[in-house]
Amino acid sequence: MAGFPLKGETTPTIFEKSEPGRRGTQMTRSDVDTRPLDELVPARHLRAEPPRLPEVPESEVVRHYTELSLKNHHVDRALYPLGSCTMKYNPKVNEDTCRLEGFAGLHPFTPQASAQGALQLMYELAEMLKEIAGMDEVTLQPAAGAQGEMTGVLLMRAYHIANGEGDKRRRILFPDSAHGTNPATAAMAGFDAEEIPSNASGCVDLEALRDNLDDTVAGLMLTNPNTLGVFESDILEISRLVHEAGGLMYMDGANLNALMGVTRPGDMGYDIVHFNLHKTFSTPHGGGGPGSGPVGVKEHLAPYLPVPKVVRREDGSYGLDWDRPESFGKLHGFYGNFGVMVRAYTYMRMLGRRGIRETAEASVLNNAYLTALLKDDFDLPYGRGMHESVFSGTSLKKRTDIKTMDVAKRLLDYGFHAPTVYFPLNVPEALMTEPTETETKQELERYAAAMQSIVREAETDPELVATAPHTTPVSRLDEGRAARQLDLKWSFPEDTDA
Amino acid sequence: MSFIPHSEADRREMLDRIGVSDVRDLYDDVPEELILEGDLGIPEALSEWEAVRELNRLAGENRSLVCFAGAGQYDHHVPAAVDHLIRRSEFYTAYTPYQPEVSQGTLQVIYEFQTMVCELTGMDVANASMYDGPSAAAEAAVMSRAVTRRGRVLAARTVHPHYRKVTDTYLRGLGGKLELVPAGPDGLVDPEALSAALDGDTACFLVQYPNFFGCIEELEPIAEVVHEAGALLVVAADPVALVLLRSPGELGADIVVAEGQPFGNAPSFGGPVVGLFAARQKLVRKMPGRIVGATVDTEDRRGYVLTLQTREQQIRRAKATSNICTNQGLNALAATIHLSLLGREGLREVAESSVQNAHYAWRRLQDVDGVTPLFPDTPFAREFAIATRENSRSILERGFEAGILAGVSLSRFASLEAPDGLLLAFTEKRSREEIDRLVDVLAG
Amino acid sequence: MSGIPEGFQYTEEHEYVREAGAEGEFLIGITDYAQGELGDVVFVELPSPGDAFEKMEVFGTIEAVKAVSDLYSPISGEIVAVNETLDEDPALVNSDPYGEGWMIRIRLTDPSELDDLLTAEAYASLIDES
Ligand SMILES: Cc1ncc(COP(=O)(O)O)c(C=O)c1O
Repeated sequence: MAGFPLKGETTPTIFEKSEPGRRGTQMTRSDVDTRPLDELVPARHLRAEPPRLPEVPESEVVRHYTELSLKNHHVDRALYPLGSCTMKYNPKVNEDTCRLEGFAGLHPFTPQASAQGALQLMYELAEMLKEIAGMDEVTLQPAAGAQGEMTGVLLMRAYHIANGEGDKRRRILFPDSAHGTNPATAAMAGFDAEEIPSNASGCVDLEALRDNLDDTVAGLMLTNPNTLGVFESDILEISRLVHEAGGLMYMDGANLNALMGVTRPGDMGYDIVHFNLHKTFSTPHGGGGPGSGPVGVKEHLAPYLPVPKVVRREDGSYGLDWDRPESFGKLHGFYGNFGVMVRAYTYMRMLGRRGIRETAEASVLNNAYLTALLKDDFDLPYGRGMHESVFSGTSLKKRTDIKTMDVAKRLLDYGFHAPTVYFPLNVPEALMTEPTETETKQELERYAAAMQSIVREAETDPELVATAPHTTPVSRLDEGRAARQLDLKWSFPEDTDA
Repeated sequence: MSFIPHSEADRREMLDRIGVSDVRDLYDDVPEELILEGDLGIPEALSEWEAVRELNRLAGENRSLVCFAGAGQYDHHVPAAVDHLIRRSEFYTAYTPYQPEVSQGTLQVIYEFQTMVCELTGMDVANASMYDGPSAAAEAAVMSRAVTRRGRVLAARTVHPHYRKVTDTYLRGLGGKLELVPAGPDGLVDPEALSAALDGDTACFLVQYPNFFGCIEELEPIAEVVHEAGALLVVAADPVALVLLRSPGELGADIVVAEGQPFGNAPSFGGPVVGLFAARQKLVRKMPGRIVGATVDTEDRRGYVLTLQTREQQIRRAKATSNICTNQGLNALAATIHLSLLGREGLREVAESSVQNAHYAWRRLQDVDGVTPLFPDTPFAREFAIATRENSRSILERGFEAGILAGVSLSRFASLEAPDGLLLAFTEKRSREEIDRLVDVLAG
Repeated sequence: MSGIPEGFQYTEEHEYVREAGAEGEFLIGITDYAQGELGDVVFVELPSPGDAFEKMEVFGTIEAVKAVSDLYSPISGEIVAVNETLDEDPALVNSDPYGEGWMIRIRLTDPSELDDLLTAEAYASLIDES
C-alpha cells in the first residue's frame, strides 16, 4: 500500500517561520541618484508599515514549499481518475517550450513585429482546433472552460440581438446531468437557466426537449459524450430540433478526448464548442489552474467573437485585429493564457494527425477495460461510457452502509486519487471514473484491485473504510467547522493579542 | 510521437477482456454518418526533438526588448527558486483540491496566498485567484450588483481600458453596461462629478489605484461619496504600488482586485497571470471562486479544506455567485513563493527601486523637447504618462530599432480620450543606463 | 414513526409549523428528517422582522457543507421574529430542530391555510415512502 510521507505531520505556515531581519533573494537596487521616498510621493499617500510578509531565507522557503508539495497527490505519482477532468500525463517537454525566453519574456504590448513567432503559434493552434472540431473560426481568449462557456452564451446573445430576437430568447436549456458551470454561466450572462430531464439511458429526452423548445429559447448547452460518458446518439435530431426552433447548439467540449479525430462537433450540428486545453491537450492542471478554454464557432457566429482576433496578413505576417465592430467585447485582459497554448501546441505537433485520433481511441479503450474489470463490483446504472464511466455505490451502501464518500477516502490509502464523486447529480452515490489514455494496463489493474479490495473491506471491516483515510498527512477534516468558524487567513499574534 | 503506453500484446488482451475485436467497435453509439473519413488536415507527428526545434524557431521569431511597458503587466525579476518550486510536479500535475486529505500542500499554499493578499490590500478575506485582473474587476461588478440589489455600475474613465472593456462585456449579458465618470484636469477622479453620477440604483464605483496614467487617486473622499450613496467601492490596484501606498482597505474600499502578475509570473504575452480578489468580511458569502479555510481533522490536527462551497457552481448551479471553476492556481503558487522569497524588506525595496527609477526618468524628461508630462502636478508611483509631439507609434518604432520597448502608446485606446503619448513603467530591473537610452529614444 | 412531534403540522418540503404561544403566531423550522438529510448545517439565511411572505414563498436558505436548500413559508403572514441565535450556532438546527433550532416566528394572515398542512401521522408516512 502506497502511503504518504509526512503522515500526521502538520507544517507550520510560512508566517510562523518568519524571523525579523531575514530575507530570501536579494533583488536589484536602483542605481539612479535616489531621493527620500516622501519627496517623490507625498507622505499622506504612504503606508506606515509594509505588508507583513514572512522573513525567511531562501533555503527555508525552498524547504517549506518542498515539504508542502509532498502532501499532494498528483498525476506523476499514480492514477488520478477524476472524471470529467481528464487527468492525463503532462509531457515534460511542454514545460520547457513554454518557458523559452522568446515566449515567456514577451510583454503583451510589445509591437507585433517583435511577436511574430507567438502570433504564428496562436494562429496555427487555432487552425488545428478548427480542423479537430469542424468549425470555421476559433478564439483562444477564454482562460478556462467556464470562460469559454461565457464566450459561448454571449455569442448566442449577440447573434439573437443581431436577428432582432435578443429580448425574446431569454432561456438556455441544459440536461440535468450538466456540469454546474453550464447553468451558472447562463445565469451569470442574464439568461434563464432551465434544466431538462434525461431519459432512462441518460441522454437528452427528445420529448422533454420538444416540449421545452419555442421561440424563447436562445440555445441548448450539451456535453458530448455527456457527463455520463455516453455519446448522445440522437445528436443530429437534437440539433435539428433546436435549430428548427431558432436556437443555437453549444457543445461543452470537456469530453472531447473521446472523440478527436474520430468525429467532429461541427458535423453534429453544433454551432459553438469550447475546448479545454488543460484536459484534452495535456496541459497540466496546476493545482487548480491555469487552464485555457478556446471556443470554436460556425461562420454565422464569427463576427461576434471577442477582440482581438489573431490574423494572418496577405504578406504572410501575423497580427492582432482589434477592428471588429460586431464583436461582443472582451473577456480576458489580453489574448488568453498564452503559456498554456504553447504547451498544447507542442503536444499537438508531437501527436500529429494520426496520434490525435489514436489518443481518443486509447482513452476509450482504457475506460472500457477498466469498466470491464469493475462492472461486477459496482453498479453501472447507465452502462459503460466512452472515455469515462459513472459507477454507483448504491448497492454497496445498501449492503454494507459504506457510502461512496468512504470508498473515495479509502482509495487514498491505496495511493490513488478518488474519482469525481456525487456528480453527475442524476446518479446517486456516483463514482465518475476517467482513467485517460496515458495509463498502462497494469496501472488500471492495480486500481481495479484496490477498488475490489475496498469492497471486501466494506463487507468484513466496514469501520476501517468508514474512518479512512489512515495513511495520509491528515485524516478526515471537519468541513462543517471550517464553514461555521471561518478561518481564512493566518492571524498574526499581534492582532489576536490585542 | 504519442503518449499511449500499450504494447500490442497488452492491447490485444484488453480488447479480449472487453469482448470486442477492434477499438472502433467501442464507437457504436456514434452514428455512421458522423464518423470522420480519412485523417485530419493537420501536420504529421513530430519527434520530441523536432518539436523542440520547431518551438525554438517560433520563439526565436520573437524579439526581447528592454521593457518600459507596463499597463497591467510588469517586467520584474522572478527569483530562480520560484520556477524551480512550481516545476515540482507534485504541484503542477495536481488539480483543484477536491480530496483535502491528499491535497494539503495545495490547500496550505492557498491559505498563505489568501493571507498575503489580505496584507497587501488591507482587506479581511481573499479568494484562491481569478483568471486575471480585468476578469476579477468584472466579477467584482457582478458581485456588487448581487450584494446591493442595484443595477448601475460606474467606473472612472481613468481605469485601464481593458478592465473597463471586460467589465462592460460581463455586464452586457445582465442587461447593463459600464458607465464612465470623467476625470478632472489633474487626471484624478473628481468627487463632485462622481457624486453627480451616483444614485440610489448604483451598485458600485470602480477606480484604479494608481490609475491607468499612474496617478495616485485620493481614495478616502471617493469612498465617502460612494458609501453615502449606498454603493460599494471597488478598487483595482497595482499590487507593487500597494507595498508603499496606504492600503485600499484602510481608505474605505469594499472589494479590491489586482493583477498579480508582477509577483512571480513571467509576462508570457499576457497570460497565464493571476487575478487577486479580496473583500470585507461581511461580503464573504457573496464572493466568487474557491476559498480555503483552516479546520481540524479527527485527531484535532490542523488542516485545510475548500470552504463556503455552497457559493459555487458545483453546488449552487444557476444561483452560484460566479461560474468560475478552474482558476489560476499555479500562478497563485508562484506569487506566494515570490512574496515569501522577497519578504517584507525585499518587496519594499523592489517597490521603492521601481519608484526611484520612474522619478529619475521623470526628472530627465523635464529637459526633453517635444515631451511633456500629461499630469505634471499629480503624484505618481512607478508609472506615468507623457504627451508626445511626435506620433507615439513612430517613437515606439525607433525604440524597437534600438532594442527598447518605449512604453505603451496612448493612441491605441480611443476611450481614454487622451492626447497622443506614451505610458511609461519602471521596475527594479531597469538600470540607469537603460533609462538614459530610453530618454535618448524619446528625444529622437 | 418516532421523533415527529404530535400536535405540530408539516409540509411536503419538510418544514414544520407549531403554535408559538401567542394568538395567531407560529414558529417554523425544518424537521428532524430534513436536518438529517442535509447534514451539518453551517449557515441559515433568514429574513428580517416585518417582512411578509405568501404561502410557499421562499423566506430564506439553509446551507450544509455541500448542499443548499431554499426554505418555503408553509403559511402566509408577517415575520414577527427570527431566531438570531442561529447566526452564532447554526448547528442548533441539527441538535434540536423542533426546539432551539426554530427559524422564524410568523403572524398568520389566513387561518384556513392551516387546513392544508400535514398531520404528524401523514408526514410520517410521507417520509417512510421516500
Ligand atoms: C463537463 C464540464 N464542463 C465544464 C467544466 C468547466 O471547465 P473549467 O474548469 O475549465 O472552467 C468542467 C470542468 O471542470 C467540466 O468537467
